[in-house]
Amino acid sequence: MASLKTRAASDIKGVNAEPLSGRSMQHFFSAAEEESFLYPHAFSVDFNKRAEFDAGDLSTTQINAKIRELMSDGNGTVVVQNPMAKHSLGVGILNRLQLYFEGSLGYFGCGLIDGPNVRIKGRVGWSCGENMLAGTVIIDKNAGSCFGAAIRGGDLVCMGDVGGRTGIDQKGGTIIVGGRTGAFSAFMMQRGRMIVLGDAGNNLGDSMYDGIIYVGGNVESLGVDAVDAEMTDHDVVWLTRKLRNYGLDAPRGIANMRKIVAGKQLWNYDNLEPAEKKIVL
Amino acid sequence: MCGIAGLIHRGRKAKIGAEMTSMLQAMKHRGPDSTGFALYGEPKDHETVMRIKFAERDDLNSGFAMREKINNRRLEVTHRLEAFGVKLVSEQPATDYAHRYAFSFAGDLRKLADYIEDVEGVEILSMGRGLELIKDLGDASDVAGRYSLASFSGTHAIGHTRMATESDVDIRSAHPYWAYPFEDISVVHNGQLTNYWTMRRTLEKRGHRFVSNCDSEFIAVYLADQIDHNSSLEEAMHRSVKELDGVFTYLVATSNQLGMAKDTMAAKPMVLYEGKDLIALASEEGAIRSIFPQEIDTCDPYDGEVRVWQA
Repeated sequence: MASLKTRAASDIKGVNAEPLSGRSMQHFFSAAEEESFLYPHAFSVDFNKRAEFDAGDLSTTQINAKIRELMSDGNGTVVVQNPMAKHSLGVGILNRLQLYFEGSLGYFGCGLIDGPNVRIKGRVGWSCGENMLAGTVIIDKNAGSCFGAAIRGGDLVCMGDVGGRTGIDQKGGTIIVGGRTGAFSAFMMQRGRMIVLGDAGNNLGDSMYDGIIYVGGNVESLGVDAVDAEMTDHDVVWLTRKLRNYGLDAPRGIANMRKIVAGKQLWNYDNLEPAEKKIVL
Repeated sequence: MCGIAGLIHRGRKAKIGAEMTSMLQAMKHRGPDSTGFALYGEPKDHETVMRIKFAERDDLNSGFAMREKINNRRLEVTHRLEAFGVKLVSEQPATDYAHRYAFSFAGDLRKLADYIEDVEGVEILSMGRGLELIKDLGDASDVAGRYSLASFSGTHAIGHTRMATESDVDIRSAHPYWAYPFEDISVVHNGQLTNYWTMRRTLEKRGHRFVSNCDSEFIAVYLADQIDHNSSLEEAMHRSVKELDGVFTYLVATSNQLGMAKDTMAAKPMVLYEGKDLIALASEEGAIRSIFPQEIDTCDPYDGEVRVWQA
């Protein structure tokens, strides 16, 4: 772990030397230290070194092992031909990498990734980008349900329509949907941002704790404790920059998008009378 | 878990037996307990096809006397068909315990079916002008090989690969289900119905017969009952989404239609490919890709969605 180069004022004053009980406010690490974020076995890759292979006759395990093998050889750009909608492809990549899938993926594509820039020139099945930590994933066609489930960071972008429960349990990062999203999107969302340029289905943002949802089209219905909020200049600036990255735009203009946040009525159950609980839940 | 698949060719025939086999084989990992096919061939004038089984597959292991018992059941069925005034066209053994009959009959199908099923140990798998329902233990290649489905030609089909959760591993509990006694209607289903027993009792009171404790059989009978009461297939399916409780995606086929319905939570998967002359659906895109070597455009139907396609 990286050691601290600068000492906090509190440290100099000796506050941290006192035996404190309970939650400490002391910083034990620095967020700016690069080495805190390197994986011990990360491959050193060169984006200009390109490799390509045909996955048509390979199994899921073989394809993922092959991507790993190519990375260990220093290939920074990997192109996978004929993924044939197989499940669990491109998962667990904790490295910088330009990864291209020249076709559709099945379930659980690109889950648990930290760092790579992935482009999928097809459709993805259920649970794409599940628990993604960093990097970008761009899908040219449609996506299935549970898109970006429990995502923690990075940008997950679907140019087409996605199924239901998009961003269920989202804990960070940005999910961008170019088209429509199904029912129960952002269900129990905790942090991060979701941008839906088309319509959203029933119960959008149901039981969300925090985070922001932006919708460009119509919302069928809002879920429990999801409330409208005012679009600020800050939102517009951020959305404009974010969407420009992917060549996208809101159909009715970014300033006219609907912003939905948590009503925070479910944060403290104890303050609610049983009768009120029944209404809210 | 279970995997379901359906395909319908528009205005032409194709090798649906082979196509459905490769679709279901691609989903073997979703459930290898049993595999079933509801194939819709070319209907012949005044000819009804009956698929029937005389015993469960496991019964064959119960002793030498079983084969004689099966033979007696078969003779009794043939005898009863003739006694009912049915003109038998052909009788082909598919396996030791399942046969295919073709006959011409103009009377009341329910009465005929009741009379034949009255024979102990006998279950009618399907009756219809075009429908032939084949189901057995094993994966898709096994079953297709055993019943020689590779050359089966027709317009549309549904299929199922089963992971038994709610009922036993036997042919009785395997999908698809024929909507007894309504000709040419069959259903495959992925999910669980939570109000199965209460709903089933209401249909039982109206005189419907259930062979298994499988909730999928209920959907078939429910839809057929609605259609029998002058609902269109689409209306019946819309009503089913409201009345059935639980998580489900099901496919239903009639003599010239293929339908799909999803519950209001969209809890069970379905991938849809809509081409100009072929519509294919499956629990996983990989199954559709097994009959399409090239990249295709697919999508996920939404919650509560009901779709019907014509052959």
